[in-house]
Amino acid sequence: MSLLHLAIIAPFILAIFVPSLHKALPKIHTGWFLLPLPIVLFSYFLSFLPQIIRGETTMETLNWIPSLGINFSARVDGLGLLFSLLITGIGALVVLYSIYYLSKEKEKLNQFYVYLLLFMGAMLGVVLSDNMVVLYGFWELTSFSSFLLIGYWNHRERSRYGAQKSMLITVFGGLSMLGGMILLYLMTGTFSISETIAMAATIYGHELFIPALICILLGAFTKSAQFPFHIWLPDAMEAPTPVSAYLHSATMVKAGIYLVARLTPVFALSGLWVWLVAGFGILTLFWGSFSAVKHNDLKGILAYSTISQLGLIMSLLGLGAAAIHYPAVEAGFYTVAVSAAVFHLINHATFKGSLFMMVGIVDHETGTRDIRKLGGLMSIMPITFTIAVIGSFSMAGLPPFNGFLSKEMFFTGMIRAQEIGFFNMETLGLIFPIVAWVASVFTFLYSMIIVFKTFTGKYQPEKLEVKPHEAPLGMLISPIILVSLVVVIGLFPNIVAPLINSVMASILPSLVAEGMKFDVHIYHWHGFTPELFMTIGVIVVGILLYKFMPRWTGIYNRMPEKFSLNSAYDNGLAGIQKGANRFTNAYMTNSIRTYLLYIFTFLILSLGTTLIVKNAFVLDTANVANIHAFELVLVIIIAIGSVSILFVKSRMTSIILLGSVGYAVSLFYAIFRAPDLALTQLVIETVSVALFLLAFYHLPKVNKNEEHMRFKMGNAVISIGVGVVVSLIALSAHSSKAFDSISQYYIENTYKKAGGENMVNVILVDFRGFDTLFEIAVLAIAALGIFSLIKLRLTRGKEQG
Amino acid sequence: MKTNNVILETATKVILFIILLFSVYMFFAGHYEPGGGFIGGLMASGAIVLLLIAYDLKTVRKILPFDFKKVTALGLLFAAGTAAGGLFFDKPLLTHWFTYVYPPILGKMSLHTAVIFDTGVFLVVVGVTMTIIQTIGESE
Repeated sequence: MSLLHLAIIAPFILAIFVPSLHKALPKIHTGWFLLPLPIVLFSYFLSFLPQIIRGETTMETLNWIPSLGINFSARVDGLGLLFSLLITGIGALVVLYSIYYLSKEKEKLNQFYVYLLLFMGAMLGVVLSDNMVVLYGFWELTSFSSFLLIGYWNHRERSRYGAQKSMLITVFGGLSMLGGMILLYLMTGTFSISETIAMAATIYGHELFIPALICILLGAFTKSAQFPFHIWLPDAMEAPTPVSAYLHSATMVKAGIYLVARLTPVFALSGLWVWLVAGFGILTLFWGSFSAVKHNDLKGILAYSTISQLGLIMSLLGLGAAAIHYPAVEAGFYTVAVSAAVFHLINHATFKGSLFMMVGIVDHETGTRDIRKLGGLMSIMPITFTIAVIGSFSMAGLPPFNGFLSKEMFFTGMIRAQEIGFFNMETLGLIFPIVAWVASVFTFLYSMIIVFKTFTGKYQPEKLEVKPHEAPLGMLISPIILVSLVVVIGLFPNIVAPLINSVMASILPSLVAEGMKFDVHIYHWHGFTPELFMTIGVIVVGILLYKFMPRWTGIYNRMPEKFSLNSAYDNGLAGIQKGANRFTNAYMTNSIRTYLLYIFTFLILSLGTTLIVKNAFVLDTANVANIHAFELVLVIIIAIGSVSILFVKSRMTSIILLGSVGYAVSLFYAIFRAPDLALTQLVIETVSVALFLLAFYHLPKVNKNEEHMRFKMGNAVISIGVGVVVSLIALSAHSSKAFDSISQYYIENTYKKAGGENMVNVILVDFRGFDTLFEIAVLAIAALGIFSLIKLRLTRGKEQG
Repeated sequence: MKTNNVILETATKVILFIILLFSVYMFFAGHYEPGGGFIGGLMASGAIVLLLIAYDLKTVRKILPFDFKKVTALGLLFAAGTAAGGLFFDKPLLTHWFTYVYPPILGKMSLHTAVIFDTGVFLVVVGVTMTIIQTIGESE
């Protein structure tokens, strides 16, 4: 196991110890134990930076299931490194922030930090795995940890609702992504992402190419909250604010963007990819920014703003993919979209992270996030106000902050879209810059709302639950670090340029020849270009709209709630539950007899039909041993025993008879030299007879009168049917030798490979140990099931009595 | 409903240990003779069931104050741990390892990681049977 694997697993390992640390040292806030880990990991990943900038990548492989091509291969390249730095860097800041945000007396910190660590490890796994199956596993784990974190305050109804919603939507996407990955595997024969990328040209045009593309995009769109799957993100804001800042703005929701960026080299040859990614991205951008304005909850505004910004990055990635169609020389013309996407990704993490933390501070210190109750906090919370101004102005795209630079690059990318000479971009490409501009106006608008409705205007202390004051220093450190980054990157954008170059090399690998590098330079001043006029336009129109807000916000009320996506989701969910209920009630009779009927009827039908359709019945008496007298005696005992069970009146007798049948069978095993089986059968019979005796108390008296003749006949038909089918199968199994018996292999290898002499047991613990492992797991689950069923009934009885 | 069952109780006191010892023997013999974790575990639970029949649930609980659900969990941990152990040596899941040692007097002996796995099976079987029997027995 390499250091890189250890880095991915480290959060999981720490998570194991968190509960005991929390218990052992309750005086110290549990967050302090966590804080060193992301810092160490961040510095560890920073150490990769020089080699990544040189254009080298690192790959470490840990064998997992090599026979299926599933290995835990971790790969650090530009894209993976950027995300790892975001995850660990923002992670460290969020942990620090959470120490002051979550009270150690009131909150279940042990749970919170375990979930957070689960997420951190899973997210690192997602961005560093080179194997798709491993990536999928980590991907779902991020969904689970997000579910747990959203539902952290699980006594609130809205938290549970939001957690379930996010889980249903992202896991739906995750499963379809798995489908897409399997389709890719069918085309390429490998689960490795880097090998798949190398084969990109050969799979284009394959009939599974389009289905795979759509499945993968479903995964990416649900995770990154793209329209129409964005509805889970606003409800995810029920999570504690540190979680919103970390998972739902800086990292997890960018997993979809990561996936799109990672697989761009595979799919970018297709025009459908460009259109879908760019189209849904731009639609999300518009819809998110448009919807953000109508919200009164600060976190709600930020949620929609995150949705819209994710759409922005997505659309840039989509348009940038077009660059793959051009030779490297003129590529710079279109690759600007990709560099803008990467640049904005970094910027968004900084300004949105700080804004979320700012909202958390306001919420924490005033007791509300409702902008109708807030106002005039500027003089009371001056530092928080400064953070809000820098963060929001950067989001709005104002100079000199980093958001301005990436917004300009975004406009450039959008304007150049219409010059792409294919996929109907000549005609329809004009849509992109127009929608982008309109969305930017709304982005400007809600950024202003966040700052000015909260911090200026009339101070309304009577509406606040607590008397507001500036937050403690510890809470301010993290957002201050983030806004300093906003300013520093804004003033000296080229410090991140080498990283952007190497990230672009991973997104568009076919455009860099051996030893060549992308060369991005970010300028503040481009001259009087259309981009500049677009920005000026955004500011002017934005200010006008802000001034006259009450006059036009009525349009939001025109959209009836009934037709919204949210109510579609709610009704759909309710419908599914109702349907499932009805279906289940239709066949669940609460009688075990009925269920046995279902099982056995199905058995007869499926096996019997197969036997007939496949013409599988063979009878071959060539290789049959002689029948001895004692075998005959045993058969007679078994037959008499089983038949007489039907006619006895008392339960005790039937159990003893059943036991005798079992013991006779075990004698058969002994005769046919299977001592292990005989022993097992004997002991099982003993224990199960004891179990039956125990269960006696709970059974009603045997009452044979209640059964009608018809019922009895039906049962007889089914039981005879089962007997006939099983006998036929047993006979055919003996008679037909479709392939060589595997027993020779065991005979040869039991001693050589497993060092044992008892073949049965060696098969159990070694050759087929996997089966045994799961069998005992099933046993354990069954025991727990019985335990909980009976205990549940007992306590319920007590409550009622 | 407790009846005085002197003969059974006295016999149980002796037989119990014989069965338990035999189950341990069965367990260790597994790799070379008939036996193994599954049979051993079943036999051990058989012994406990005998105890149950001779005395009652409460007495058994006093004699064996384990939470058998935890025994099951421990067993699963053993089995899963052995299965995962191979990963740390760059081997696929569930790769077992064995060697032979030659201590004085005892002669040739073999050491297997499979035994740890089988211990897990043993514990799970005992835990599961006893959990089921105790839960059903207690719900009066």
